[in-house]
Amino acid sequence: MEIQKFIEDFAAQFEETDSSAFSNETIFRNIEEWSSLTAMSIIAMVDEEYKVSLTGNDIRKSITIKDIFEIVKSKK
Amino acid sequence: MYNPFTLRDKVILITGASSGIGKGIAIECAKMGAHLVITGRNSERLNETFNQLEGQDHFQTIADISSDIGIASLCENLPPLDGVVHVAGVVKPKPFQFINRTELSFIMDTNFYGPVLLTNVLLRKKRIKKNSSVVFISSISGTLSSFVGGTAYSASKGALNGILKGIALELASKNIRVNSIIPGMIDTGIFNESSISEEDLIEDRKRYPLGRYGKPEDVAFAAIYLLSDASNWVTGSNILLDGGYTLL
Repeated sequence: MEIQKFIEDFAAQFEETDSSAFSNETIFRNIEEWSSLTAMSIIAMVDEEYKVSLTGNDIRKSITIKDIFEIVKSKK
Repeated sequence: MYNPFTLRDKVILITGASSGIGKGIAIECAKMGAHLVITGRNSERLNETFNQLEGQDHFQTIADISSDIGIASLCENLPPLDGVVHVAGVVKPKPFQFINRTELSFIMDTNFYGPVLLTNVLLRKKRIKKNSSVVFISSISGTLSSFVGGTAYSASKGALNGILKGIALELASKNIRVNSIIPGMIDTGIFNESSISEEDLIEDRKRYPLGRYGKPEDVAFAAIYLLSDASNWVTGSNILLDGGYTLL
C-alpha cells in the first residue's frame, strides 16, 4: 500500500482544492472545503478502493492524511 | 380499569426485536398484555429481549427477513396474528456518488422488500386476522426529510411509505389497518461504528427542539396506540414522532 496513491485518492474527494495542496502532513481539517460530507466520502472511497471499513471516529481522531493512511494500513 | 389502549390477549409479531426500537416495542407491548412472537437475526440478543418480556405465552424465533427463505421459514409456524410490527432495518451512510446497485440492494432488501414481502406472505397464508393492525417503522428520512449520506435509506423508507398506502387501501375491506410511525433519530446506537462520528451526533442532537433524541419507548407508545382498538379508524397514516425536528 503506497502512501502516494492514498494521497491521490484522498485529494480526489475534493472539488475546489488543488491536488498540490495534499501531502503526508496535510492537516485535512484545515482545508477550506472540508466538511462532514468530505469525511463520509473519504470513508466510502477507502471502502471501495482499499476494502477497509473506517468509522467516523477514525477520521475524528486523525490529524494528518498520514494518520488516516496508518489506520487503513492497520485495518487491512 | 378502563383502558382503550390495552393489548390484552392480542397476538403480535415483532421483527427486529433483538435490539433498539424493536426491543423497546416488545417490552412495552408485553406490559400491555400482548402475547408476542419476537424475531431477529442474533439469537443471543433476541434471548435478552425475550427474558425481559412480562407475562406468559411469548415466543422467539430467529429469522432474517431480508431473504425469501428467511421469510418463508418465519411464516411456517406462526399463529393467527392480531398485529404485526415491522421494525427490522439497516442503515449505512454513504455519499450518493458512492452508491451502487449492491449498496442499494443491501438497504432495500432489509428495509423495503423484507417487511413488504413478509406482509405479503402472511396474507397469503391467512396469518393476519380480520380487525388487525400492521405497523411499519419508517422514518422522517424519505417521507419528510433526509440526511447527508442517507440517500439509500431514505429511498427505502419512501418506497415503504408509498406501498403502505396501497396496502392500507386494499386491506380496508377486511378491516386490517396499515400504518407507519415516522420517527426522527432514536437513541439506539444504530450509527455506532458508522461513517458518522460521535461528535457529529452530539451536534445533531442539539437540533431537536424538544432537546433530545427519541427513546425506543417513545416509538413503542405510538406502536401500542396503532396496535390497540383505540386506533380503530386509523389507516394509511404516518404518525410523526420527531421531538419537533421537522418544524425547523
